Amino acid sequence: MLAITQRLPQPRNWVTAIPFFWLLLFFMVPFAIVLQISFAESEIAIPPYSSIVSIEDEMLSFNLNLGNFLMLLEDDLYLVAYLSSLKIALVSTLICLLIGYPMAYAIARAEPRVRNVLLMLVVLPSWTSFLIRVYAWIGILKNNGLLNNLLIWLGVTDEPIHMLHSDIAVYVGIVYAYLPFMILPLYANLLKLDNSLLEAAADLGAGSLRTFFSVTLPQTKAGIIAGAMLVFIPVVGEFVIPELLGSPSTLMIGKVLWQEFFNNRDWPVAAAVAIVMLSLLLIPITLFNRYQLKEMEAR
Amino acid sequence: MGVHGVTTAVLDFEAELKAAAGKTLISIQNVSKAFGEAVAVRDFCLNIEKGEIFALLGGSGCGKSTLLRMLAGFEEPTSGAILLEGEDVSGITPHRRPFNMMFQSYALFPHMTVAGNIAFGLKQESLPKREIEQRVDELLALVHMEPYRNRKPHQLSGGQRQRVALARSLAKRPQLLLLDEPMGALDKKLRSQMQLEVVDILKQVGVTCVMVTHDQEEAMTMADRIGIMNQGELVQVGTPHDIYEYPNSRYTAEFVGSVNLFEGRVEQEEPDAVLIRSPQLQQLIHVDHGITGPGHQQVAVALRPEKVLLSKVRPEKAYNWAAGTIADIAYMGGHSVYHVQLDSGMRVLAVRSNIERREVRYRLHDPVFIQWNADSGVVLE
Repeated sequence: MLAITQRLPQPRNWVTAIPFFWLLLFFMVPFAIVLQISFAESEIAIPPYSSIVSIEDEMLSFNLNLGNFLMLLEDDLYLVAYLSSLKIALVSTLICLLIGYPMAYAIARAEPRVRNVLLMLVVLPSWTSFLIRVYAWIGILKNNGLLNNLLIWLGVTDEPIHMLHSDIAVYVGIVYAYLPFMILPLYANLLKLDNSLLEAAADLGAGSLRTFFSVTLPQTKAGIIAGAMLVFIPVVGEFVIPELLGSPSTLMIGKVLWQEFFNNRDWPVAAAVAIVMLSLLLIPITLFNRYQLKEMEAR
Repeated sequence: MGVHGVTTAVLDFEAELKAAAGKTLISIQNVSKAFGEAVAVRDFCLNIEKGEIFALLGGSGCGKSTLLRMLAGFEEPTSGAILLEGEDVSGITPHRRPFNMMFQSYALFPHMTVAGNIAFGLKQESLPKREIEQRVDELLALVHMEPYRNRKPHQLSGGQRQRVALARSLAKRPQLLLLDEPMGALDKKLRSQMQLEVVDILKQVGVTCVMVTHDQEEAMTMADRIGIMNQGELVQVGTPHDIYEYPNSRYTAEFVGSVNLFEGRVEQEEPDAVLIRSPQLQQLIHVDHGITGPGHQQVAVALRPEKVLLSKVRPEKAYNWAAGTIADIAYMGGHSVYHVQLDSGMRVLAVRSNIERREVRYRLHDPVFIQWNADSGVVLE
């Protein structure tokens, strides 16, 4: 009797059913569709790919085409694009951390009233459209743009420095756009930092640099990891910023995916590119989850 | 102060200065601390002797924590100086002061093991690794925590955490150990056990110690001397016995233990005795020590509850007794507190040890007489 009632869904479990179905409908189903396309063959049809399930001569057959994935291995372009994306994501995450940590620290240490203003300033730019903000950088970085005009006026340079449509412009755009995602988790973490720990370290003879590296930094590890994930993961698949600010030679997997999908109309290869990218990102996500679980057990 | 017989804080302090000459470790001289308009510590003078455990006792907001933080170096005095063996330590940052502190919530580093926490201070001195390990082993043995050296703080109980915190603050052999509400994070039963254990360890090490507490029991159990603080000022300094038996002000008398206070006026003065008339009592109060000051001044007589004796027969002496009825009884097991309602309406507390097991001598609403000896009362201004 008891076993039966336990197996029946309890009313309180129904609450969790709503997000569960949400994720099933809007995450798992689209994912399954993309996965299925990645095993299909490209066709001139609508939709432009073959079905992987077919019935012919009373035979139900699944035709899994591994060619799309093999093609990713054969052509260097994809490997280079993946590596380049990972490199750009890694470098921008590090730059975001180096800029974001001192900012988060300063905000967390500021007086409560000043703190709210500073936080507002961090969040405020994201109230305008992402696309418009990236376009604004074109106006700043182009040859007769704001920055070059300023430099010429100051006499730093005679000729405009080529900045737009370069890797540097991509880094500037990415760091600018993703910095709040680094600052906010770090800020939340630093705010919780127990001041008496810092005092204890000082009391035991540690100078401020020693205290930072032996107490503050380890104590904010969770915030660093969370911020790094929030920057790294979306940057790997970033398309808009390298497309608008980067040079044609700036290779990023998001751009490759777009080209396969819209220029080549090769949906299966585009789907395979997306699946591989997701698998690559699963590694850091899994590591992060495992770390979080360990932290939670420690509390 | 106007009251003689009970030494005032100032006289006490001067006498101490002479007696302690040569063995004073810390000298706090006219230290004041203001935060904006608010004055936390006012013109504070105190000498701490080598090897003693000194407790600063006071309610919340009395400035005791600010004083401790000034000793540690986290705050700088607005005026005055703190001397360590005659040398001014102001301007020396906390991490260079040879003082260590045990924090109220212990402030153990959560990401380090027990051994790592204890070794932290030693590592800052870049000692050889073997020496550090040896010292950590010594300290773990001192606080009986050897089996736990590789645990993290969150895997320890409250009492164990306190031992680690104590070991960590003793690791660098500080000249002065500061304890901020040392038992604040422990439950009551563990508290009384740890109080004695901590004192044992401190005496074994022989470290000079200043602690801050709002718990008078803790101060009296642990400290050699107590300083009572009120509104940023030192009210009285003395041994626990002095503080309890010879309070120099109403504040001390009421803050430490419970007390019956009779308001009155000096009726007759003799060289070594006074008679005081109180409207709360029919009989005169006879105190067997002289006082100074103008005649017929307004005074209060403090009388501790355990010095109030109960009887069923009317006392035959002329002074120091009153008639009343028992209005309330608080049975505490070891002793009982009787609330006696006097005819004047005043309530007097009387404590009686329950020595005999079956004895029930006084019941509610019984008429009783209270009385006390001439040397039991203390005259306060």
